[in-house]
Amino acid sequence: MSNPRVLELFRAHLPPQSIITDRAAVRPFETDGITAFRERPWVVVLPETVEQVRSVLQISRDHGVPVVTRGAGTGLSGGARPIQDGVLLTMSKMSKVIEVDLDACTATVEPGVTNLAISDAVREHGLYYAPDPSSQIACSIGGNVAENSGGVHCLKYGLTVHNVLGIRVQTIEGEELVLGGKTYDSPGYDLLALMMGSEGMLGVVTQVTVKLLPEPPDKRVLLGVYDDLPKAGDSVSAIIGAGVIPAGLEMMDALAIRAAEEYVHAGYPIDAAAILLCELDGSASQVEADAGRVSDIMKTKGAINVRTATTEEECELFWKGRKAAFPAMGRLAPDYYCMDGSVPRHAIGRVLSEITRLSTVYQLPVANVFHAGDGNLHPLVLYDANKEGELQRAETFGGKILEYCVAVGGTITGEHGVGVEKLDQMCLQFSEAELNQFHRLKAAFDPGALMNPGKAVPALARCSELGGMHVHEGKVPHPELERF
Amino acid sequence: MTGDDSERLITQVRSALERDRAVSIEGEASKAFLGPRADGELLSTRGHTGIIEYRPDELVVTARAGTLLSELDAALGAENQMLACDPPHFGGKGTLGGAIAAGFSGPARPWQGSVRDGLLGVELVNGYGERMQFGGQVMKNVAGYDVSRLMVGARGTLGLILSASLKVLPRPEYTRTAVVAVDRVEACGRSLNLLRKSFPISGSCYVDNHLYVRLSGNEAAVEDASETLGADLEVEESFWDQVRDHEHPFFQGNRPLWRVSLARGSSSHPENCQEQLVEWAGAQVWAYTDDAQSVIELGEGEHATPFRNVAADSSKPIGTEDKYVRRLKAAFDPQDIFNRGMVV
Ligand SMILES: Cc1cc2nc3c(=O)[nH]c(=O)nc-3n(C[C@H](O)[C@H](O)[C@H](O)COP(=O)(O)OP(=O)(O)OC[C@H]3O[C@@H](n4cnc5c(N)ncnc54)[C@H](O)[C@@H]3O)c2cc1C
Repeated sequence: MSNPRVLELFRAHLPPQSIITDRAAVRPFETDGITAFRERPWVVVLPETVEQVRSVLQISRDHGVPVVTRGAGTGLSGGARPIQDGVLLTMSKMSKVIEVDLDACTATVEPGVTNLAISDAVREHGLYYAPDPSSQIACSIGGNVAENSGGVHCLKYGLTVHNVLGIRVQTIEGEELVLGGKTYDSPGYDLLALMMGSEGMLGVVTQVTVKLLPEPPDKRVLLGVYDDLPKAGDSVSAIIGAGVIPAGLEMMDALAIRAAEEYVHAGYPIDAAAILLCELDGSASQVEADAGRVSDIMKTKGAINVRTATTEEECELFWKGRKAAFPAMGRLAPDYYCMDGSVPRHAIGRVLSEITRLSTVYQLPVANVFHAGDGNLHPLVLYDANKEGELQRAETFGGKILEYCVAVGGTITGEHGVGVEKLDQMCLQFSEAELNQFHRLKAAFDPGALMNPGKAVPALARCSELGGMHVHEGKVPHPELERF
Repeated sequence: MTGDDSERLITQVRSALERDRAVSIEGEASKAFLGPRADGELLSTRGHTGIIEYRPDELVVTARAGTLLSELDAALGAENQMLACDPPHFGGKGTLGGAIAAGFSGPARPWQGSVRDGLLGVELVNGYGERMQFGGQVMKNVAGYDVSRLMVGARGTLGLILSASLKVLPRPEYTRTAVVAVDRVEACGRSLNLLRKSFPISGSCYVDNHLYVRLSGNEAAVEDASETLGADLEVEESFWDQVRDHEHPFFQGNRPLWRVSLARGSSSHPENCQEQLVEWAGAQVWAYTDDAQSVIELGEGEHATPFRNVAADSSKPIGTEDKYVRRLKAAFDPQDIFNRGMVV
């Protein structure tokens, strides 16, 4: 599918090491974090400067070549999956920290800087960047912006949208948009907010200014052990209801606990039905008071044991198992399919029961790891792609989970994005009018539909084809459930 | 009066579309002073009020656009909760829809976030007369573009907001304000610390040579912090509502008032302008001057906007300079029926 004229132009604007066309060398770029979706790009470009990004965009536009932007390729919805005949614009070489402003408590960085590298760069000043996806050692800040990524500390400190003050975006039409900066607001529409989570559909993020927070003076992690999953779920609502906002509140079920424990030896109780990890931070007296309350609530709600980590090392050990939960799945099955539904907290119990039921229907085991405080579930469906039909079964199973999330008033994706993976479920969550509005919104930035085409928002034709699948005998799925 | 007036509102929008007329959206008109008045028939959300759903343990409230902020505060207060953002009520009359459309935030903004930060979802009517829902009631949601947050500060030019869901927080156990008498230079220096140090801060204000810092949290934590920050005076908690709602004596009178948005950690309050009230650890300045844009030196991204009693010609309507803004407006409202001529 090579386009010699375009390639020639790229070569005129980018150094040779920034252009990859060799079939073997482009292989690592075939997928993002969701390996079930593959496509070989005919060319991968790795610009080193904003100028080069603009050249790539301009050449692509002039020749009607689609552009897929890629950060670190850790995305879990296929958002950075290349498309045939398209350029894969990879931002990983633009990885400089441009400025740390200690008065403003901000860092301005290039998009390819990894999430963790930002905190690493400012740690000596007692500051850090709060959103911490589990993939933080690898994922790029540009990718975080494009997905509005979260992490275990987002319950208290917010998502990417709450922690990014400014970005620069290059549009396919050749303009640079300077959105936000170090001020708290800018005149005009809030395009900064609009770009958050826009999955590379509206432009290429080439610079990011993030807010830095002072390290809290004190923190503590509580680990509640339960012999029953719903009891752990109830504890979550009770803690929030009692007026405590933990820095993080995470839950793991039996399968996830055992896998993580075998993998990193965090000291988790392997016979527990569920554990709840609750991090509290702030001043010493605040932490002391909150820890007492949370511990009481956990016990009242049926925790059989509550352990406390106070030193930095102990806290890290408690988190280590949680943060390694995904890779640990590799020990249970050759492949896993990670879902990302988000539901009202009070529905967590119901959704977990439904997942268990579906697990027997589809005969695939599922481990649950989730951001319980935010109601963001990550059921991990375990399968073996080499076994006939398992991948397809896993996908159908995953789709059913998401349908249920929508039915209880939730959403199909809390932080991983729609990408190519959840296009079908978008048809369920949004009406035709809403999808049309999304398409018009995209066209405002990308009238030629060259930026990441076919991702994030389904074509209406796709939804109408699926109509039969979702609307059975004129009914929406789970009509028994209240909708709001 | 509480009720769902959405059918009438949608009918009015559709009728305006058919007749090719513009509509001017208004709640309680608490921010009418911002001007200019939009062209068109009045589309009032006054009858579209009330809380649709509120579950304290979900930390979310959903209400109709015409609901008074004071009514929301009362309902949340009864459960010992509050809105995570703290938009001004202006004259005690601000509505939820107006708070979203205007996008202003109270003194807690740098520490607790803005309306945009706390907004989880909106239901709106676009310029095709279609009723649509974006976002929802869950904390995390990245399905589709974030149309909800785009509505914040758009001043009703992209559509009519029917209802919205906002994040709520537990009320802090204990609140105290540390006040010190300091000059401007000293106040600036101290303000920097408010971002750099991990104090339980929920507001800052510098006015009349006094720096006020509101501290919220558990009692011991607040007392510790207030000792460090120094507390010469006692103030009533109502001080903060007065600042937020522009009812503090500083805001009395009818001279030209500007709002100046400075960079975080800007190390000096503007010179050449004697009368100012400074919030957000130095980043939001209210200044009395005939023309802040020429008097106050502004750095990159910093801006001054006329707020009250400023000659109208100093502001420009939306979309005149930026093609993306213009196209976005057209994507939502192709016939330009909503708040025609409004300034964003
Ligand atoms: C083990 C593991 C754990 C994870 N844990 C979490 C978690 O806790 N929370 C969470 O939110 N996510 C998590 N993720 C998902 C993923 O890491 C995030 O979505 C991350 O933000 C993706 O960043 P990336 O740089 O890898 O982006 P990519 O995968 O390269 O791209 C993702 C999307 O962003 C777009 N994009 C990338 N860079 C730019 C740019 N500069 N300009 C415009 N668009 C761009 C792409 O086109 C694509 O649509 C996890 C992934 C893995 C593999």
